[in-house]
Amino acid sequence: MSQVMVDVHGVHKSFGPLEVLRGVDLRVRAGEVTVILGPSGSGKSTLLRTINHLEKVNRGWISIDGELIGYRRAGGKLHELKEKDVLKQRTHIGFVFQNFNLFPHLTVLENLIEAPVSALRRPRKEAEETARRLLDRVGLTDKADAYPRQLSGGQQQRVAIARALALEPKVLLFDEPTSALDPELVGEVLDVIKDLAGTGTTMIVVTHEIGFAREVADTVVFMDGGVVVEQGPPAAVLDDPHHERTRAFLSKVL
Amino acid sequence: MASTTDAAPPGAASLGTRPEAPPAPDDPASLKVVPARHYARWAAALAVIVLVAQFVHGLANNPVWEWGVFRDYVLSETIVQAVWVTLQLTAYATVLGFLLGTVLAFMRLSRSPVLQTVAWTYIWIFRSIPMIVQLVFWFNLSALYERLGFGIPFGPVFWSVDSNSVIGTMGAAIIGLTLHQAAYAAEIVRGGVISVDHGQLEAAAALGIPRLRQIRRIVLPQAMRAILPTAGNEIIGLLKGTSVVYVMSIGELFYQVQVIYGRTGRVIPLLLVATAWYVVLTSLLSVAQYYVERRYARGANRTPPPTPFQRARRFVRTLRAAAAQRNQPVVPLKTTGPLGDSR
Ligand SMILES: Nc1ncnc2c1ncn2[C@@H]1O[C@H](COP(=O)(O)OP(=O)(O)O)[C@@H](O)[C@H]1O
Ligand SMILES: [Mg+2]
Repeated sequence: MSQVMVDVHGVHKSFGPLEVLRGVDLRVRAGEVTVILGPSGSGKSTLLRTINHLEKVNRGWISIDGELIGYRRAGGKLHELKEKDVLKQRTHIGFVFQNFNLFPHLTVLENLIEAPVSALRRPRKEAEETARRLLDRVGLTDKADAYPRQLSGGQQQRVAIARALALEPKVLLFDEPTSALDPELVGEVLDVIKDLAGTGTTMIVVTHEIGFAREVADTVVFMDGGVVVEQGPPAAVLDDPHHERTRAFLSKVL
Repeated sequence: MASTTDAAPPGAASLGTRPEAPPAPDDPASLKVVPARHYARWAAALAVIVLVAQFVHGLANNPVWEWGVFRDYVLSETIVQAVWVTLQLTAYATVLGFLLGTVLAFMRLSRSPVLQTVAWTYIWIFRSIPMIVQLVFWFNLSALYERLGFGIPFGPVFWSVDSNSVIGTMGAAIIGLTLHQAAYAAEIVRGGVISVDHGQLEAAAALGIPRLRQIRRIVLPQAMRAILPTAGNEIIGLLKGTSVVYVMSIGELFYQVQVIYGRTGRVIPLLLVATAWYVVLTSLLSVAQYYVERRYARGANRTPPPTPFQRARRFVRTLRAAAAQRNQPVVPLKTTGPLGDSR
């Protein structure tokens, strides 16, 4: 068994009086693909956002490749990291948003080299070479100089994936990467993610695409009400769920 | 669709608006388009043209305007020098005002209540004071603080100078205009920043882009789209607003014009000189604004609209093409419109 890459340990998160995550535990091994399923509002996005510290946790901790995210442990206490250090940690964590969030005023190539140049201080030329290689990989070789709004939704999301990959992250997080797409564009984005899975990229994917989960996931996690209800190999969770809530959810989305 | 069946009624009867015999449906290219005629609009246009012509005629021929005097002064050294002072005042107050304004805007947007309050108070005060009051105030600064010095706050002073000698009248004017401008610029910049989708900052943060870079490279360029139209207004207002510094006897355009007509009594033509220059400068600023806005619109549209120059060039090209075509035998246009492919 390979080592644990992402370790989520007893994470609690509240927004005011609303407790959104109520003790989530999750372990993702290097090179594995974890798909998170669950009804809307169950806390899937919040969980992903705590993993790269876009949200602070109220209790519990998260580590990536053995490094605590957002905190430093000294003695028996967790000290919050400065923003600068959090930003540095985030370069190890790729995040792909539901609505892409590409920078519309920058060309595709500029979108891809922005973080490597400014956050990792890569030489511009080297960053451009990497960027072009990644564009090849997501099938957008000829779009380097286009602006995001000149692309289809599927193409934009593929650029967003390439942008996340440009930092060579240890783990890639996807928050419903195909939910904002027209149905006929979903396939091209899922194909790129499948391709990444084939090359051993560690990924956590929140999605409603059950077929994708069955085909690509090493582990399927079902969340509801801010907790992990059950998890296991796709065959077990999708075809033979133990919990009533999982069954009810699957009967709705299948 | 019913109209695709071969039993469709002959002609365009289904349109229901034209009772006359329909044109031969097999040759839609032969349909002639008759534009609507707007008689009332034409009459109104004619009336306005006559009025404008009368006004221009009066402007040119009425001796009151003294165009000869206008010509003598409009490019005279004194006036050009004064225009230069006006431009300097505008440039300094714009650059410094927007710099300070941007800092104030981000203070108001910061999470620190202290910074928020300080910025809010600044904006409140400087928007409340009429510019002219403030200018006179700075002009008389030395009466209030005779010496400016560096030292420990509330403690001893290491180095100090006579404040009127460092600041000077021009300096006092620039300070006054800048502080006034900054209060307005702060709100304009803040408006631009909050118009940028929050997802943009989130994406930048998720990529680990350093904080200052997030603002400079991701947020501000996008905020510019909302900032520029209002900022353009402000800068043009400022250009004209510099005329109030005449109260400080600074040789800017309006002051110089007053000095000259005070001496010569030629009030109207000299006011025209000032007007002409303000119009020219404002027009230049408007053109500059157009191109700056265009630059920041990159990526905002799938295909950016052409500039007036490009449009003019395209127009000339179509005229030429049309002229060239007139010398060629006419080839009927092939249409594929809704009428064209009914079969
Ligand atoms: N910033 C926030 N402030 C307040 N409530 C929030 C915030 N973000 C999410 N929530 C709430 O947390 C719950 C879980 O949201 P989310 O994690 O987005 O669910 P999911 O992604 O599973 O649909 C929802 O009820 C949502 O309204
Ligand atoms: Mg969500």
